[in-house]
This record gives sequence, structure tokens and C-alpha cells, in this order.
Amino acid sequence: MLENLKKLEKKINGELASKISNSLIQYDELIIEVQCEDLIHVVQFLRSNENCKFRQLIDIAGVDYPEDEKRFHLIYLFLSHEKNTRIKLITKFNIDQTVQSLTKIFPSANWMEREVFDMYGIKFKNHPDLRRILTDYGFKGHPLRKDFPMTGFNEVRYSEKEKKVIYEPVKLEQNYRNFDFESPWEGTNYIKEIKNLEKDDKKN
Amino acid sequence: MTKKTKTMSLNFGPQHPAAHGVLRLILELDGEVVEKADPHIGLLHRGTEKLIEQKTYTQALPYFDRLDYVAPMNQEHAFALAAEKLLEVEVPIRAKYIRVIFCEIGRILSHILNVTTQALDVGALTPSLWGFEERETLMTFYERASGSRLHANYFRTGGVHQDIPLKLVEDIEKFCRSFPKIIDDLEGLLTENRIFKQRNVDIGLVTKQEALDHSFSGVMLRGSGVPWDLRRSQPYEVYKDLDFKIPIGKNGDCYDRYLCRIEEMRESVKIILQCIEKLPKGPVKSIDGKITPPKRDDLKQSMEALIHHFKLFTEGYRVPEGNVYTAVEAPKGEFGVYLISDGSNKPYRCKIRAPGFSHLQAMDYLIRGHMLADVPAVLGSLDIVFGEVDR
Repeated sequence: MLENLKKLEKKINGELASKISNSLIQYDELIIEVQCEDLIHVVQFLRSNENCKFRQLIDIAGVDYPEDEKRFHLIYLFLSHEKNTRIKLITKFNIDQTVQSLTKIFPSANWMEREVFDMYGIKFKNHPDLRRILTDYGFKGHPLRKDFPMTGFNEVRYSEKEKKVIYEPVKLEQNYRNFDFESPWEGTNYIKEIKNLEKDDKKN
Repeated sequence: MTKKTKTMSLNFGPQHPAAHGVLRLILELDGEVVEKADPHIGLLHRGTEKLIEQKTYTQALPYFDRLDYVAPMNQEHAFALAAEKLLEVEVPIRAKYIRVIFCEIGRILSHILNVTTQALDVGALTPSLWGFEERETLMTFYERASGSRLHANYFRTGGVHQDIPLKLVEDIEKFCRSFPKIIDDLEGLLTENRIFKQRNVDIGLVTKQEALDHSFSGVMLRGSGVPWDLRRSQPYEVYKDLDFKIPIGKNGDCYDRYLCRIEEMRESVKIILQCIEKLPKGPVKSIDGKITPPKRDDLKQSMEALIHHFKLFTEGYRVPEGNVYTAVEAPKGEFGVYLISDGSNKPYRCKIRAPGFSHLQAMDYLIRGHMLADVPAVLGSLDIVFGEVDR
């Protein structure tokens, strides 16, 4: 398995050298990083090349790193039945960039991109129908962003007075409590440094 | 003179027994022919992925029961495998066998529900009554192992929660001996049934290429003749030591998918019987005290066990930094978990890949040009459960 992945990594890097910014194999899984402008080209290559044949798009996952300059990451998971391998394509970009839609190449990207749009507010260029998908009609905000509170902003209830379902701001009897249970002993920096030194010693 | 035709919009659901949950399907009809279908999903959206980001790994696991709630343990399995891959823990062999047994029970649970409700959608009531009796038996097996019939929370990182009693193993075996007869009965009601065939044969055709393009997996893919099953092609747990067949359809219609599910149930029974025969003795969870909680007895005697117990149920365990994708062959198709850990005790991101999501997406193209009455038949054969589609 691992050897095949290494071979594949070499081949992809050889053919698309200028487009691949980084590639690595971690936990027996191949990850390739591309610039978001090159996405379409790379995906087309992965789909049609003899050695790749990644003909199925498994999923698109968005990730939010609010501290980073390139805040959003998109991870495309592909599967090749012929070669029995998987590949992860990662692209990083900031909030005002748009990403090319894959709907032309993989029809199934349609809903996956709608979900990413719904959850993160990432816009896709040339998407035929970029609407919200999982959240409520008229929902505001993008819930999977790290700065969106877990309890949300609005709650829904049936109002006996108005005889209909109404929206109102979230009122909590008790604030959401997020306990930080992380051990202060293992977490403190100087302990980590000591541990790392020990590890290095063992290696040497 | 040309006749002017006007299309009609019809709102199917969200409360409709044949919608298999809360699906709002907006159909555009020309007479009785469907011209366009626009599924509106998300009515059961609970924000599982957001919630998981706030929970420790142990606390995140029960959310997976609530995704595809007809086969809970298969979902847990994907998450447990992902966490194990990051932690690099070894699962004891007995736990692997127990996991496979319960995953296959889950597969039977799901397939019984699907086959019988699909029959219900096209007008046959009896199969569901017969099938649900068997599901009840299977759910008592879940209960005897985990304490609850549906939301099991039984698989843990590094193994399973508890060992299963000997009597339970015997009862599962007894069930497996008698169950093929029930499948025969169900088949007797449906397989050659004229009405059932009229409603399903050549309905909802999917070609090989279309199945690939639309990210189909599981029975939806195999029904169209693609020999692909993760249990065989990318084996996890002990599947590579087990002998089972992978049924494949020929025409890719609703009827072939029904036949595949029936055959898969028979194969699952075989797998369970093999597992019971081979079931080794030994521990059922990893012996690493930093990941699995200590025994109750040890708590009273050992200080270390007490500390471990306390730390595990407050802080939880930390998972090394990294990201992995693990997939299992759930009854509905490839169920995957893409897990990103930042080295803390909570997942940074957990993307759940639900097979039903891609399947439902193809609804528009599957149903175009079919009659209105085919909508429930196609929907039934897609095997949709809204818990996982909406997450």
C-alpha cells in the first residue's frame, strides 16, 4: 500500500510539478496541496490520468482556521476504484477568494459545495445553484466557522399568542459552560520541552 | 393546433410516510410525468459536526448513533477507527470480532428495514410486519451487549465497552440458524411478486458511469454492476479472514438493488456465524490505561487506576496532531469520517461523509421522466435515512 502511494506521489509530482505546492504521506494517506487557481486543472488530471483514475469524488470538507492568513482550507477526498487508492487534495485561501466549482467534472460536487457554502460561506465560481442546503430557510451566518457560537443566535418556538412558529434571540437559563479540562501539568510549555528533549535523546 | 401544457408543482413531504423521514421534495409535473425534482433537506439538521468540535472524543461517539439510526454501530465504527488511526492503538482481536458481529447485525437491521419499507411504499404491507419482528430480536441483542436498543454507544476507541455474555453469543448463533428461513419467507412474498416487479423493474436505472459520477457507494454502486465493497477492497478489522460473497446487480434498477440487499443479508448471516465460530478469548479493549478506562474492581485497589479513571472522564485523552480519513462499508454505502486533530482532547474538525447525502442528491436525475408513482419506489430503493443525510 505505502509503496504504491509513494510511487503515485512521485508520478503526480513529476507531471504536475509547478502546480503542487506540497505533498506528504501521513498515516498511509497521501495529501497534496494545490493553489486554488490550479484546482480544476489538477482535478481533471487526477480524474483522467492513466496512473490516477480518481473517478469518484467522495467528499468535500471545509475547515476554518481563524488565526491564519489563509483562513479556509478545503479538502477534497477522491477515490479510485481501479487503483484502489484514495487521495486528499487540500487548498488554502483567504476569505475573499472564490474557488472554482467542480460541478462540471463531478456532478456530485453540487450538494457538497452547497454544504460548504452553507457552513462556511465559501463561494464557488460557476456553481449552477449555490443555495443554502442544511440550515433553515432564511438562516443567517455560517455555523461551522469557529467564531459562530455553538448555541447559535436565534431559537424557534411555537407561540400560543400568535398561533405560529416564531424566531427569537436565544435565551439560556444557564450559559453554555465550556470546561477546560486539559491537564495543566502536561500542557505547560516547559514540560513539553522537557518531553521533547527526552524524545530526542531516545532517538539519538 | 398545438396544445398548451402547463407544469404543476407538487410539494411532496416533509410529512409523508413514503418520504422516509423529513424530506421536502418539490416536484414539477407535466401531467403525471416528473420533469424536475428538487429535494429540500436539512429539516433534521442538528449540527452534529459543530457539537463534536466541543466534545471530547469519548463524548463525541454517541452522536454517531444518531446519524443513521437504523444501523447505529456501523457509524460508531468509522469514528472509532479514525481515532484509533491517529492514536495508533492496537485493538484486541476479540474486540475486532465482536465489532464485526455487531456491524453485520447492523447491516441486517438496516436491510430488513429498507427492503420491507420499500415493499410498503409500493403497496405490500405484510413484509414489514414480518421484518419488524426480526428487527426486534436483533435490537435485543444490541440491548444485551450495550444496554440500549438503538443508541448503543458500544464501540470505544481501542475496543468495545464491555465483553458480551456467553449466552448472548449462543442466542445470536441460534438467530443466525433460523434467520435464512425468514429471508426465504420475505423473498416468497416479494421476489416473484407481480406487483412488486411491475413497480421496481426498470425503475430508477443507474448506469456504471453515472453511479461513479454521482459518488454512489454501497448497494447503489453494486446494483449497477460495480464490484466494490470496502470490506473486501480495503479490508478493516478481521474482514480479510472471513469468507463472504459480494452480490452484484446487473441492470442497476430498483429491483436489482432489492435483490442485492436480500443477498447481502444472507452473506451477513454467514459472516456472523464465522465470527462466532472463530471468536477468540481475551480482552475486549486496549490495555493502554491512558485511553481505555480501568476495571471497576481496580478503582477500589489501585491509585493509578483511580487517577486514570478521573482523567479519562474529565479531560479525556489527547489525540496526536494530524488528519485522517477512515471509511467503513455501512449498510447504505461508504460511511466516512474525516478527522482533524490539533493535539488537544477535542477534535478540531470532524467531517462526516454520509452515503445517503450523495444518493439523495441524484434524486433529480433518477426520477426525471418517471411517473409520480415511481417517486416512492425510487426513494425507497435509495435507502435514505434522514439522520445521516442532514447530520
